[in-house]
Amino acid sequence: YLLLRKTGVTVETVKQVASKNFTLSEQKKKRKILFKVLSAEVLPELMHFNSNEGCDSFFHCCLKSLQDELNRSILDSLLDFTRKCSSTRQHGDWASQMRASEIPTAALVLGVNVPDHDMTFQSLSELLQQLVTPHVASLQAKECGALKHLMKRVLERLMGTTVTVDDDEEEEPEQTSTETHKSISPVKDELQQPPVVVIFKDLEAFNHRVLQDFILICSRYIERLPLMFIFGIATSPSTIQNMLPHSVSSLLCIELFQSLSCTQHLATVIDKLVLTSHFPFKLNGKVMQVLISIFLYHDFSVRNFIKGVQLALLEHFHSQPLSVLCCKKKEALANVMELSQRDLERIRQLPSFRRYTEKQDAQEKVNLMTDDTHLKEVCRKLIKDLRKYHKNYYPVLRCLHTLTSSLPRYPLGKQIRELHLICLEKTVWETEEYQSAMKLLRYNVCPCHGLVASAENAPPVDNSITSPVKSLSQKKTDLFQLQKTLLEMNETRRTKKLSPFETVRNEALELIDGLVKSHLSPPEAQTLYEVCYYTSSATVRRHLNATPRTSIQAALSNPYHYLQNESLKTEDGSVSNAAPDICIAYKLHLECGRLINLYDWLEAYATVASAAEGNDPDSDTFGKVDEVKHARFIQAVSELEFLGFIKSTKQKTDHVARLTWGGC
Amino acid sequence: MIARLQQTGYEEDRLQRVAKLLPCRELQAGTLLSIMGQPQQYSYPSVFIYGHRASGKSHVMHILLKELELPHATVSCVECVSVALLFEQVLLSFFGCDAASLLPRSPSLSDFVRIYRQQCLEMPAKQTRYVVMEKAELLRDMDANLLPAILRLQELVEDNVTVIFLSEIVWDKFRPNTGCFEPLLLHFPDYSKGELQQILSQDKHPSYSAEFYSSYINILLGVFYSVCRDLRELRHLAALNFSKFCEPLAEGKVKESDTHKLWRNIEPHLKKAMQTVYLREVSSLQWEQMQQVEEKETGPLRGLSAHTHVELPYYSKFLLIAAYLASYNPARTDKRFFLKHHGKIKKTNFLKKNEKTSNHLLGPKPFPLDRLLAIFYSVVDSRVAPTASIFSQISSLVTLQLLTQVSHDDQLDAPKYKCAVSMDFICAISRTVNFDIVKYLYDFL
Repeated sequence: YLLLRKTGVTVETVKQVASKNFTLSEQKKKRKILFKVLSAEVLPELMHFNSNEGCDSFFHCCLKSLQDELNRSILDSLLDFTRKCSSTRQHGDWASQMRASEIPTAALVLGVNVPDHDMTFQSLSELLQQLVTPHVASLQAKECGALKHLMKRVLERLMGTTVTVDDDEEEEPEQTSTETHKSISPVKDELQQPPVVVIFKDLEAFNHRVLQDFILICSRYIERLPLMFIFGIATSPSTIQNMLPHSVSSLLCIELFQSLSCTQHLATVIDKLVLTSHFPFKLNGKVMQVLISIFLYHDFSVRNFIKGVQLALLEHFHSQPLSVLCCKKKEALANVMELSQRDLERIRQLPSFRRYTEKQDAQEKVNLMTDDTHLKEVCRKLIKDLRKYHKNYYPVLRCLHTLTSSLPRYPLGKQIRELHLICLEKTVWETEEYQSAMKLLRYNVCPCHGLVASAENAPPVDNSITSPVKSLSQKKTDLFQLQKTLLEMNETRRTKKLSPFETVRNEALELIDGLVKSHLSPPEAQTLYEVCYYTSSATVRRHLNATPRTSIQAALSNPYHYLQNESLKTEDGSVSNAAPDICIAYKLHLECGRLINLYDWLEAYATVASAAEGNDPDSDTFGKVDEVKHARFIQAVSELEFLGFIKSTKQKTDHVARLTWGGC
Repeated sequence: MIARLQQTGYEEDRLQRVAKLLPCRELQAGTLLSIMGQPQQYSYPSVFIYGHRASGKSHVMHILLKELELPHATVSCVECVSVALLFEQVLLSFFGCDAASLLPRSPSLSDFVRIYRQQCLEMPAKQTRYVVMEKAELLRDMDANLLPAILRLQELVEDNVTVIFLSEIVWDKFRPNTGCFEPLLLHFPDYSKGELQQILSQDKHPSYSAEFYSSYINILLGVFYSVCRDLRELRHLAALNFSKFCEPLAEGKVKESDTHKLWRNIEPHLKKAMQTVYLREVSSLQWEQMQQVEEKETGPLRGLSAHTHVELPYYSKFLLIAAYLASYNPARTDKRFFLKHHGKIKKTNFLKKNEKTSNHLLGPKPFPLDRLLAIFYSVVDSRVAPTASIFSQISSLVTLQLLTQVSHDDQLDAPKYKCAVSMDFICAISRTVNFDIVKYLYDFL
């Protein structure tokens, strides 16, 4: 019983911690299995599952290509480096003979977002194995506590076998290195030996001593063995100098490689995944805000951001039945026709749809509420409208961003994601920031060039958008000549009249303003937006940003929250008598000061416990401390001590000290 | 002039060859030879040779043993992660694989001695056998009985064997407090400037004359001798910069004899090399590439330590700032800095006698987790929920070595940390979050 209770208390935290620990994929698997079970039963569920699959697979291939693209440049330069190292080694000229032979080393600076590095190293070692050398060993600090463990891992990974060493017996490094050497040489000609690459994934975490010794050993064999290192560095390259003394670092020939910063990385991910109309699933402003703030404030990890989006995706398909319509246009339109009676009823209940119905005339209202086929037709139309809205939204957003991103003090944000957030949450043209940006634009013309470029780069959208912009661009090229002459004229005759340049500029701004007003309305205003937008920011926050202490306090002060037992249900924050002992003890201890008298506490506990047993308040035994109650109390107290609420003190005998503040 | 090495029992021409291969180390080689005596004679049980890096210890031993064809085993103690490896290598080089395979798993010293004696009966030593231990200072970290035992190996195995220790550390630092057999001590002094010149001039470039190369070495030593006496390093630097030195010659601007002009050409270049390549700020490969391209095109090369900027998440920055404050401010003064109504307390009020020295000179002090979090919550401007990711950020700061954990890993209750970043670093970090850290530091009050 006790065990059960404990797990009840901690289950939420465990879940949160689990999601924290990136085991999300497992949760996802479970969900998928769940989906499969459901899909076997009902057809709509099957559709549901399929659309989810579609989204998911789209998501995954997007991510894959994105990752490859992002790492392309850095991986290419690293591959070049390894190739160059293996070729320069063979020079037989005087200088290279005299030079102390150094181990070529690539210092790869990856930034502090450690969870993201795995992917980079994975693709790096795969590429190396495919293109340069079969001998690649990647090491993590936690598996290399001592030199012999490190040696064992390196040899295991290079030779592809498990080196049969236990803790007391170690194979001889020299012997094995020469063995490896022998195993390499028959493969290739002596002249083009593939290098043996050792990757240290997290250099900072390695034991300095172990690393130094390993480098010393390697340098003894560098003449015979084409070794090279890759150091994965999270902070700054000067850590190498902090870790290795000059006598060791002089054995290395270090070249620096800097990868893309994580904010740029995130910008690309957002650009490709979020700011696109190809991907039907959307996040609303709040969820987006939660994900971005976790990224910026907590971990800088793009991987966790993506996991967050995936979680939202799963939650959306899991919790919103109408998400069957959240898929490609054709499928969505087909799915509308197959909606069941229940789903149609759900559509009628949607707040956005009710708003829509309110606006229609009486006859139409009745039709919408009663006629299913009519409703399906309307839904098809609405879904098309929603798609159109998305198709126009993103190009206009980009236009507005290029216009405003170079304004002084960035009234609408420096990054496009900031502008996107503003647009998602508010009606952008009513905000003060927008007004001030427009005001600034009226005095400033430079960004217009950017706009023209972005408009031309933007995918062919509505002709109504691009064509005026294009005609504008043509006007503007002529205008520049005009501007110069105009300025000169202005200097001679200071007329108050608007110059033609200003007129055109105002026209252009009005056009932009019009575009913004017609296309950048917040998604909440769209009918049926619930289908595509995931809105529950609290769920995402709870899963991704766990608060263990709050969970423990919630469990102790409101046991019903986790145990879901009707008898525990209480009003106004009090704890029922039937609550677990620890909850009662916790509740009682909240009433005390900094020091708690154990005996008083026990008395109070015994009273509550007797009431829970249903003893008669007037009887003699009521509130008496018997052995069982005593034991239960001591157990509850030690559990509280374990959770860190109290500790024993020497200030007063028979007292314990509270470690938390506040109470009733 | 090459001094003559003399020792009866060895062929004269071999000794000559050895002497030629060991320039400027004739004296030490002679002493060693006389200690070793004639091949069949018993030699002193253990010899301890010490001297700085690249003072020719291993080189002399290697050449002597190899050229005179004496039976020997060379063991580098870095490689011996366990004693088993050490024993195995010795047995392998003296008696072949069969003997080495007789060693049981995780052998003890007595196993080694037993097998050695067994093998010795079959193959008694006709000549003195030598065991050379490189980087012997690492023997101190192994089992306590190992070093004393190896020092009297001759006695233990009753064979004509001599152990030679090579180390950069003096013998006094080796001597165990229980006492042990004292080895013969032999010091290898650093090479003098003249000796360095002589040795370095030997590896001349094949297409240039010896005098020309020697004058180059002279210039090189003029620049580097004050900072580096490591022969290996100097040879490396000489090779790297020689092509630059020859440049005006190849262009036909100067003659080989015109040393002054050559000096003017190379000196600034060498000075730059001292600040970059020598410190390994710039790798040798990059340095060579840079020489090939004109300097104007490449612009100044940024060394490793030039990249000190670290991007951190917002709360990590504040955690680091809080850690810095906790490390460098006395705990008593927290009230003064972080309480809203602390009243007017002047610095003199809390100044204690021993605290007059700057905390920054004393280095960071350890602080408990509670204090870190308390300061964190008061410096961060918004309300922060105590989420799991705040705590995980602390541990990731530890893995990034920006904080160090002082208490043991196993101590879950109230762990203690120290801040391991410099003042400049923390100032740069706090500037990015608009936090004026100097205002909160007790030393700058």
